[in-house]
Amino acid sequence: MALDEIKIGGLGASRRRVEDNRFIRGKGQYVDDIVLPGMLHMEILRSPVAHARIKSIDVSAAWEIPGVRLVLTGEMMAARNLAWMPTLSYDTQAVLATDKVRFQGQEVAAVIADDPYIAKDACQAIVVEYEMLPVIVNPDQAKASDAPLIRDDKENQPTNKIFDWEIGDKAGTDKAFAEADKISKIELHYPRSHPSPLESCGSIADFNRATGKLTVYMTTQAPHIIRAAVAMVAELPEHMIRIVSPDLGGGFGNKVPVYPGYVISILASILTERPVKWIEDKSGNLISTGFGRDVYLEGEMALRKDGKILGVRMHTISDHGAFYADAQPSKFKIGLMHSAFACYDIPAAHLTATGYYTNKAPGGVAYRCSFRVTEAMFFQERMVQAAADDLGIDQAEFRRMNFVKDDMFPYRTAFGFLTDSGQYAKCLDIGLEAIGYKNFKAEQEEARKRGRLLGIGISTMTEPLGAGNSREYDIIGIKMFDSAELRVHMTGKALLRTGAKSQGQGHETTWAQIVAHELGIPAEDVVVEEGDTDTAPFGMGTYASRSTPVAGAAVAMVSRKIRAKARKIAAHLLEVSEEDIEWELGRFYVRSNQERGVTIQDCAMAAYSNVPDGLEPGLENNAYYDPPNLTWPFAAYLAKVEIDPETGVWDVLKMVAVDDCGVRINPMIVEGQIMGGLTEAYAMASMQYITFDEEGNCIGSNFMDYLLPTAWETPGFELHEVVTPCPHHPIGAKGIGECATVGGPAAFVNAVMNAIHHTGVRNVDMPLMPNRVYEAIQTGKDISGMPPVRSGN
Amino acid sequence: MTSLYDEVAPTPPSNVPTRRITVSVNGEPRTLDVEPRLLLAHMLRQGLKLTGTHTGCDTTNCGACTVLFDGRPIKSCTMLAVQADGHEVETVEGLASASELHPIQEGFKQEHGLHCGFCTPGMMLAAKALLEKNNNPTEDEVRWALSGNLCRCTGYQNIVKSVLWAAEKMRAESN
Repeated sequence: MALDEIKIGGLGASRRRVEDNRFIRGKGQYVDDIVLPGMLHMEILRSPVAHARIKSIDVSAAWEIPGVRLVLTGEMMAARNLAWMPTLSYDTQAVLATDKVRFQGQEVAAVIADDPYIAKDACQAIVVEYEMLPVIVNPDQAKASDAPLIRDDKENQPTNKIFDWEIGDKAGTDKAFAEADKISKIELHYPRSHPSPLESCGSIADFNRATGKLTVYMTTQAPHIIRAAVAMVAELPEHMIRIVSPDLGGGFGNKVPVYPGYVISILASILTERPVKWIEDKSGNLISTGFGRDVYLEGEMALRKDGKILGVRMHTISDHGAFYADAQPSKFKIGLMHSAFACYDIPAAHLTATGYYTNKAPGGVAYRCSFRVTEAMFFQERMVQAAADDLGIDQAEFRRMNFVKDDMFPYRTAFGFLTDSGQYAKCLDIGLEAIGYKNFKAEQEEARKRGRLLGIGISTMTEPLGAGNSREYDIIGIKMFDSAELRVHMTGKALLRTGAKSQGQGHETTWAQIVAHELGIPAEDVVVEEGDTDTAPFGMGTYASRSTPVAGAAVAMVSRKIRAKARKIAAHLLEVSEEDIEWELGRFYVRSNQERGVTIQDCAMAAYSNVPDGLEPGLENNAYYDPPNLTWPFAAYLAKVEIDPETGVWDVLKMVAVDDCGVRINPMIVEGQIMGGLTEAYAMASMQYITFDEEGNCIGSNFMDYLLPTAWETPGFELHEVVTPCPHHPIGAKGIGECATVGGPAAFVNAVMNAIHHTGVRNVDMPLMPNRVYEAIQTGKDISGMPPVRSGN
Repeated sequence: MTSLYDEVAPTPPSNVPTRRITVSVNGEPRTLDVEPRLLLAHMLRQGLKLTGTHTGCDTTNCGACTVLFDGRPIKSCTMLAVQADGHEVETVEGLASASELHPIQEGFKQEHGLHCGFCTPGMMLAAKALLEKNNNPTEDEVRWALSGNLCRCTGYQNIVKSVLWAAEKMRAESN
């Protein structure tokens, strides 16, 4: 008899997590928990200023502190050709500054000492003389004709512009605008935000002179990409590099790029021949590592008066900081911004994008999103809200009327993506019902008469998750596929390894569930390992919600290869031909006699003890999975808020999420991901605020100034589901980890805008801090969030 | 005979004062020589190898380093080790007995109260301090008691459920 899939922890089981067993005991092993014999400690001296020429660096006092083993400066890095390193966007980034510092927090020197306290002391003893230069903190300043040139280190870089890029149909879009009844325009800023995993970045480099092998324990979401990058930067042979990503205290995109600290710790270990640990403090993390967002939009929609969207024009201006270090597929200069409007049936669209250098930390990491998709969906849903308001059409009705309908798939979007599945209107309707939309207008009107401001905001979107396919998606030339390797042992227990790397997503639990679903081996009999490049198969890592769409698919495919071989063994054991065998979960049986069968465990034992002639022994395999397309989950997020008109403080009265991520491997974990994403959405909409003053000082360099929501502020969430399986994924799953972060912010902002719509205000830039909302209500004017920060803001 | 030894620097820096302290850690008295500036969190992590106490923010905001100090939750990154002299400290390693998890640990697993696990030890200890005072808290009381601890993964809803799960179990056990 077939096994009960839920009982063995297969697909659909809310299996409790395997990894929790160590985390709840305090037995997780994060980078800072690892101690190697003879290990030294490294600290980085950072620039206190945003733009300055380095006149001199005096490290003599640092050397005199007992316990100091090495002091590194840019000059010493340059002598080894390591002062600069390539970024993931074909730019260069300073490892330790040689000529100038280009943002506050840039790495200037490093001390390696017996103890982290001594290393910190010695950093304080280094004297750097700076000659101050004019500072640029936004694209407006960057493009001014008299702007100082930030990247004077580069050839053929006469201005601060990084790129001009475009995609879409310009002529078709121009025609749509010429024929429009109404054109709706809006200008928006998606401010800088920092992913801020609780664990900062860090590494332990351990170079063994005797074997020539370099082992680096580090906080990375993509160990194999790092191995390739280290091989190229440090010119070490790739087989002599082992990258180990142990337990990670969150990632959210912050742990994708290569940071100078990693590179310096590697050189320090080579020079000292001792393991060198670098653990970044929180300020270092906040002011120097991958920011997200910082994009301005000029958006326009061509509308027919009945509400049909005829065309969309988007122009984005992005602020990338001092080095173009976006971690994204190489050919898309502004990520997947052109995934905007994918859920709407729009005839023509055109996007132009311009990117600038500024004196800010390099940004552009995909903060809990798939390469600028967060910005794309925020812009989309703010434009949609503005258009509905401009036409005087109900916001829900306007969306429904323009949705790609269920029977239109596969659907080619105006920007060229191919979406494949979804039930958009159904999701929206569930959300409207749950939030109580039907009678809301009367409720809102009634409340307003009593001086209360209520608003409902809607955000609906489908987003591209799970890059590749490899035809179109690569990072520094490495194609975006992923992998899995499965070894079934003699007794039917198994070891699974993938090229992904969990940072809290629960792969050790869910990957085993996919194996259980495919092979009938109970999930508890499958151990999952990731993150060690010496043992894991090559993969592109975990970000962009790509684990389930790509590595998860590879797990299913390798399990099927194992099942195919087990079938041959079963035929041998049952003494029938393969064609006469049927499979049910966990068991092969003879078609003519269901009682006669062998379990997958029987086959495993035979693979090592009773192999048919002509068949290789063993039951192991691997699979490299190159997805035919991205996956397209859909979500409807709805927020109901109340604003206190006397303070501008807004409270979330209700938050409803309707997610369609296809088949759910572990519903408990899926819901956990959605709630975490909604919280980051709320955080960006309400309080996460990293800006810069006119001197380029980062405002938000610690958790006292950079506010993250606690349990007290965070609203409760009501979750609903719709399941439209992905047509091309082996188990019908789509990405989910980032949907709520991507789609959520617009729901909150639209809700606040809906509440104050009567004042004539069309936009307040995020974060919607009470002072901004209050000022908007008082003045009836839009509020721009472009830095530098105004005094008193 | 003993095989215990500690490497001693040939010329110990005379300007580094140390102080001998005794702290009860998870019920066991521990005696250490510490520099007066050493943070309690670092003493626990590097000195006593109790790495379940994490340091997240360095500025008393995130609560990953929360331990119980004479039964009260404190942030061990903002207390000096010397201040703990003569006091009792409880860390995540002291929560479970050899054979049994604490109900709070069970609650976090049952209600999916963690993703990456980095904030979890601090969250659980803050929750323990609450439940020892009030074993039947409301959702708001739980949220308030945990408001000194940041989590970036879960969105808190399941953390609150985990604590309420534990409260119920602790009430059942005490009856």
